[in-house]
Amino acid sequence: MHNDAILSVKNLEKQFGPGCSTCHNESTRKLEKNYCPQCGTVYACRNISFNLFPGEILGIVGESGSGKSTLMQCLYFDEAATSGELILNNQEFQEENVLELSSQQKRYIRNYHFGMVYQNPLKGLKMDFSAMGNIAEKLIAAGGRNVAEMESIGKTLLEKVHIPLFRMKEEPKRFSGGMQQRVQIAKALSNNPPILFLDEVTTGLDLSVQASVLDLIKTIQRELGISMIVVSHDLAVIRMLADRTLVMLNGEIIEEGLTDQILEDPQNPYTQQLVYSLL
Amino acid sequence: MNQHHFAFFDEGSKKEIRRTILKAVAIPGYQVPFSSREMPIARGWGTGGLQITLSIIGREDCLKVIDQGSDESVNAVSIKKLVHNTTSVEITERTQEATIIQSRHRIPEIPLQGGQILVLQVPTPEPLRQVEPREYMTKILHSEEEYSGAWLQLFEQIMKYGRTATGADHPVYVNSRYVMAPSPIPRFDNVKMNESDALILLGAGREKKIYAIPPYTDVQSLAFEDYPFAVEEFSGKSCRFCGATDVFLDEVLDSATGDVHYQCNDTSYCLEQLNSHEKAKEESSYA
Repeated sequence: MHNDAILSVKNLEKQFGPGCSTCHNESTRKLEKNYCPQCGTVYACRNISFNLFPGEILGIVGESGSGKSTLMQCLYFDEAATSGELILNNQEFQEENVLELSSQQKRYIRNYHFGMVYQNPLKGLKMDFSAMGNIAEKLIAAGGRNVAEMESIGKTLLEKVHIPLFRMKEEPKRFSGGMQQRVQIAKALSNNPPILFLDEVTTGLDLSVQASVLDLIKTIQRELGISMIVVSHDLAVIRMLADRTLVMLNGEIIEEGLTDQILEDPQNPYTQQLVYSLL
Repeated sequence: MNQHHFAFFDEGSKKEIRRTILKAVAIPGYQVPFSSREMPIARGWGTGGLQITLSIIGREDCLKVIDQGSDESVNAVSIKKLVHNTTSVEITERTQEATIIQSRHRIPEIPLQGGQILVLQVPTPEPLRQVEPREYMTKILHSEEEYSGAWLQLFEQIMKYGRTATGADHPVYVNSRYVMAPSPIPRFDNVKMNESDALILLGAGREKKIYAIPPYTDVQSLAFEDYPFAVEEFSGKSCRFCGATDVFLDEVLDSATGDVHYQCNDTSYCLEQLNSHEKAKEESSYA
């Protein structure tokens, strides 16, 4: 089973701060939520291990500060993980811990194998460049050097995310929030990545736009068979998208399983509280 | 003018700038930071080039200074005067005679030879500045050879204007490693950098960077497969004074008549052409 995984994470740790004598050792560590009251070091991700399988949408749910976004940033190399392993089922990097590769190689993996949609489009888009240019940026990074080819890929993607083509040369700063998010999705999809990361993609969008973005993600997953990791604090989003779900609290995975199972029969007291607080 | 130190700078300053130049030559296209000094001209007026010139010049050197092709513009003349007053080196307008040529935004029409040094003045040394304002980020991008930003700018121009529209400073790939701003020379001059016989040094005084292209280095202008790099087009046009056709021409509008004229941008080249025409005419009239 493990060998089939397209991405597997083993014992990933991320701490902010140097740690002190009391919190250095895991067994003697006495944390308050996720930080050490002695030295203030934050243990944002603790001993995170999971697998992602081809064509699967994996949900990560948890409250603010539970470490889900930090985890995502570590996987996309935006943040350097403190320790742990990340293994990709990929011929180039077979059985290698890609977290230990050089920054050039990490950049290569990001450009060729990953796509990322940030919560805030400001982070994922260049607001002063055209929507088409934004998509081309990712294609150029993945080695594209033919303008006509990139333009046609861009047009197909913009159509797929329902951006009218007559606006393709406009800058995303002139788009609505929902449109910006859809351009971001088109950009993330442009290099045909086997793995897509989605960080709170619908947070801050109104309900009808949320629905259309979610619908789009679901369609893309069904059509292209891309594996996705979806981070959200919104259980409704997780229920709609994710096949499997991890529940995080204070930097740890406290429960994992099929999404239905977790929502219908939560085992951990925190998960129970979370599910029952759902309106 | 003996109260001046030779070449204006103290020896320590020259040493530091020479060291920076050595490092720049060792890593073609890489921008080496240096402690740009206060100069008797304002930053942004060629202080980068001037600092390079002053720190490499020796008593046997022969200097030519041009400003956008002209030997006689105010900026070129002031720089020439400053260097001459502090070094007493010979000043020339002939490209072939010069050992050091400091230039603002042009490479002379007469091909440079081995042993000559071209010093270019640079306003913005960072080719990625327009896409990434933060210096520490552009340093990372260079180190990871992540140049999609430079390509993206060209892509945007193609989207907007149907072609790459860099008026000057069209980015180049140096030695297949670093993307570099060639300083605002016209695209016409970009090709002269490739496999150049002369050493090319570039100095940005305000931005405190020195970089270099050693002789015989591969320098390629960035271009997409279906939009190949093209130099400025002057077909069917010639210089109204000397008749030259294969040179970079200035377009001059006569506002009284509305006529458009073309003339050599490189004034010393034009003058030399004219002189040789005259000489030929004279010789034929004697015969």
